[in-house]
Amino acid sequence: MQKNLLTKSAVIIGILLVFLYGIFGLPKGFSGDALKQAILGRIHLGLDLEGGLHLILQVMVNDAVNAETDHAVELLKDELAKAKVAYADISKPDPANDPGRVVIKGVSLDAGSQLRGIVSDKLNEYDLVGGQDNTWTLTMKPSVQNDLKTRTVEQSIEAIRNRVDQLGVSEPQIQENGMGNNQILVQLPGIDDVGRVKDIIQSTARLELRQGFDNASGYDSEQAALAAHGGVLPPGTVMMHGIAGGNDKSDRVFIVGRIPVVGGTDIRDARPSNDQNGRPNVSFNLTAAAGNKFGAFTSAHNEKGTDPNHFLAVVLDNKVREFASIRDEIRDTGEIEGGFDEQSAKDLAMLLRSGALPASLHYLTERSVGPSLGADSIRAGVRAAVFGLAAVLIFMLIYYKGAGINADVALILNLVILLGFMGFTGSVLTLPGIAGVILTVGMGVDSNVLIFERIREELRNNKAPAAAVDQGFDRAWTTILDTHVTTIVSAIILFFVGSGPVRGFAVTLTFGLLANLFTAVFVSRVIFDSILSRKQRGEALSI
Amino acid sequence: MEFFRNTNIDFLGKKWYFLSFSLIFSVAGILSMIFWHHIPLGVDFRGGTLVYVKFAETPNISRIRADLDHAGLHNAKIQRYGDPVNDEVVISLDLKETSEADLSKGKNQIIAALETNPQQGKEDLNNSDKIGVAEVRSKLVERDPLHTNPEDYDRVARQIMDYRNKNAGGVLKNIDELKAVVPGTVVDSLKQDFYTSNFGVKGADIVGPQVGDQLKRQAWLAVIFSLIGMLVYLWFRFELIYGVAAVVAVFHDTLITVGAFSLTNKEISLTVIAAILTLVGYSMNDTIVVFDRIRENIKLMRREGLAEIVNRSINQTLSRTILTSGLTFLTVLSLYLFGGEVLNGFSFALVIGILIGTYSSIAVAAPMLVAYQDWRSKKAPGMAPIPAPQAGKGQAPGGKGQGTSGKGQTPAGKGKVRAKV
Repeated sequence: MQKNLLTKSAVIIGILLVFLYGIFGLPKGFSGDALKQAILGRIHLGLDLEGGLHLILQVMVNDAVNAETDHAVELLKDELAKAKVAYADISKPDPANDPGRVVIKGVSLDAGSQLRGIVSDKLNEYDLVGGQDNTWTLTMKPSVQNDLKTRTVEQSIEAIRNRVDQLGVSEPQIQENGMGNNQILVQLPGIDDVGRVKDIIQSTARLELRQGFDNASGYDSEQAALAAHGGVLPPGTVMMHGIAGGNDKSDRVFIVGRIPVVGGTDIRDARPSNDQNGRPNVSFNLTAAAGNKFGAFTSAHNEKGTDPNHFLAVVLDNKVREFASIRDEIRDTGEIEGGFDEQSAKDLAMLLRSGALPASLHYLTERSVGPSLGADSIRAGVRAAVFGLAAVLIFMLIYYKGAGINADVALILNLVILLGFMGFTGSVLTLPGIAGVILTVGMGVDSNVLIFERIREELRNNKAPAAAVDQGFDRAWTTILDTHVTTIVSAIILFFVGSGPVRGFAVTLTFGLLANLFTAVFVSRVIFDSILSRKQRGEALSI
Repeated sequence: MEFFRNTNIDFLGKKWYFLSFSLIFSVAGILSMIFWHHIPLGVDFRGGTLVYVKFAETPNISRIRADLDHAGLHNAKIQRYGDPVNDEVVISLDLKETSEADLSKGKNQIIAALETNPQQGKEDLNNSDKIGVAEVRSKLVERDPLHTNPEDYDRVARQIMDYRNKNAGGVLKNIDELKAVVPGTVVDSLKQDFYTSNFGVKGADIVGPQVGDQLKRQAWLAVIFSLIGMLVYLWFRFELIYGVAAVVAVFHDTLITVGAFSLTNKEISLTVIAAILTLVGYSMNDTIVVFDRIRENIKLMRREGLAEIVNRSINQTLSRTILTSGLTFLTVLSLYLFGGEVLNGFSFALVIGILIGTYSSIAVAAPMLVAYQDWRSKKAPGMAPIPAPQAGKGQAPGGKGQGTSGKGQTPAGKGKVRAKV
């Protein structure tokens, strides 16, 4: 009996030490500050306590599908022209809601086999259905569309991660939010400049170099641009808003080529630099292939040549950022100017380096917690925890006298294990998590009460102390097990269905209840046994 | 010390009181949910904008209202928040004023409306949401007041932001205050690029409608799944009727708690849902303790009727029930009183829930077992009085000699397996 008790006590002390290590690690010292530092090194605070930014973004996956089908439309037009098949129109009837559908009008049934041949040859990711009146429908296969959407979300996460890493945020969390909603959850601890960070994340950073038309200063309005061409834009061009660059920051309208010469994925490097006047700007390099293409374009369209449309538009996120005459052939470098300060030039260079987003992003939720708000919450949470714990500890001592010490030891050990567990697993402590800790105290004491009440009952039935303790633990065990399992069931469901801070609550509650099974049943029993082993036969138990 | 000793209260005899008590509160809650405050949803679920603002001095609510009105935000709600000495208010806009396309528009409008003395060409060091270590550093590097290399301004910028966030509680009264942490030349340089307003945004919650709907669905799923999970577990451990009785009791608790939120017009947030799920677990706990005792007593008290057994079981566990509830209530009360504004709704739900949960396990769940038995014996006289619970510590099957229902008897083999648990 004695030896058995010693082993059990050793196990308990061992576990206590292990979990104390879980909480503190190896602290540098034992002063209050050193211990506080040690705890914070092990148990991470959630955004609501530390302060930071919590965002949910919607990835507009249709953008990516549209880009793909736009490409298919161009390809189809080229191929049909090559095969000398006549068509009236190729367009997408509803790009916003049904980006995967392309309608081809005016291809006669005789030419149908040629159309089918082109689609099965070059566009095998699409289904072609013939309809009435020489109208055909080309639809991207659903599986291809789903793959594309999934890939778009993954690429967006990757791009955001690259950007956030360059911001120097410690321990950012970037992951898909929910299943199949095409949403991304971003959590950034310790952020002050919410607006800047949001802009950086959301910026598509799609840099394109397009041919510019007409003149270097653009037009005052869209009407003016149209009027200059007699109401119809030249083929293969579109209008875009933006600034001409230099000192002029007013909104202008430019006519630019519809298809970019160089697209967003062709940037090899970008860095902040200065223009000849020492103002901050951003310079970039192109990949080798894009450099060749760009070189061919600039040698064909420059001031020395005959084409009057020898302008280059630097387009960022569908806004013209620079519109200038091409003096000579340019191979693989370029510059973006236009009203940067040092910080914004750095940010843009970083965005270009980290890659464009494959689709635009919309913010669905923004929660920002200032560090001072978090500090208030910690103070309130800790105060509530201390008061709650003290009240319970004192009550147990008064109500159960000697056995109250048992319960108190079990309860404190329960907390040590819970916090140590969080330290080991790297769980995050949130404000609802602190509430979970407090609730664990409340529910943890329940097991002790169940057992003690049962022992008292047995003692009232004139059982000897040792037998009463034995029966008390035995009888209470089934109840304790049932109550714990049901609560853990709801905590687990909470974890899977809930999100953010609620998850933190579910985690602490589950760990706390598991720890409680050990402390209230095993530890408390060992203490009882060691007390009983020292008692004389017939001596009363303090409970 | 003991509060309860050998109590012998006839709980089942008071069932009509219990029933009317439960009905009054449930119906009051339901009426409020339908006709009065409805179910007041927090910003998590209904969407909208909440901005927490701290002022440098005591905020003048009517002045704030006038400023917001002037800026076109006519429906903004303004409330004092937290400890009055902190001079904080929370300003909320409903979903209509929260634009899905530009989520932080409402927040920026509020900030712009509160800016009473914006200075041309300078930025508000307390508020502009573009201001952080990076921006302060960038401006300092441009002015270079310390004539040193750019890396050194990293540390200086960090010190400035830390001072604003920690020492000044988020709001600088003026830029000179920073002389406490950085040299005077740096402060002078800052004054050329920045000014301070008399308030600072401490935090914001902005939720678009799409996420709100998504969360609403999640919350329903969470509550329903956890009820089903518990029902199945109790069915497995006891009998179906026990599970049903417990789930009905828990549903009753949830209804009354949500009703209390409706009656007091308190908002139900995501953390309140967590609290409701906790009280579901908690109330279930209480019910199981009583059911466990009933299960045990059915085997010990063969002669007595179920009503008597239930009464005895409730009395035997009464001491534990009151003690545990009292202690948990104590901790939750501490949360409610000291836990701060953010946890207010959470702890309110638990304060109500623990009271109701304790009551319901005595006054709803246990009487339902008896009511079910009465109904069964009326329908088919001679049936087993109650399906005896299956689990037992290797004891003989219950309900012996009282009927021939298959359910009434526990197969010996099954009893043995369960006894191990």
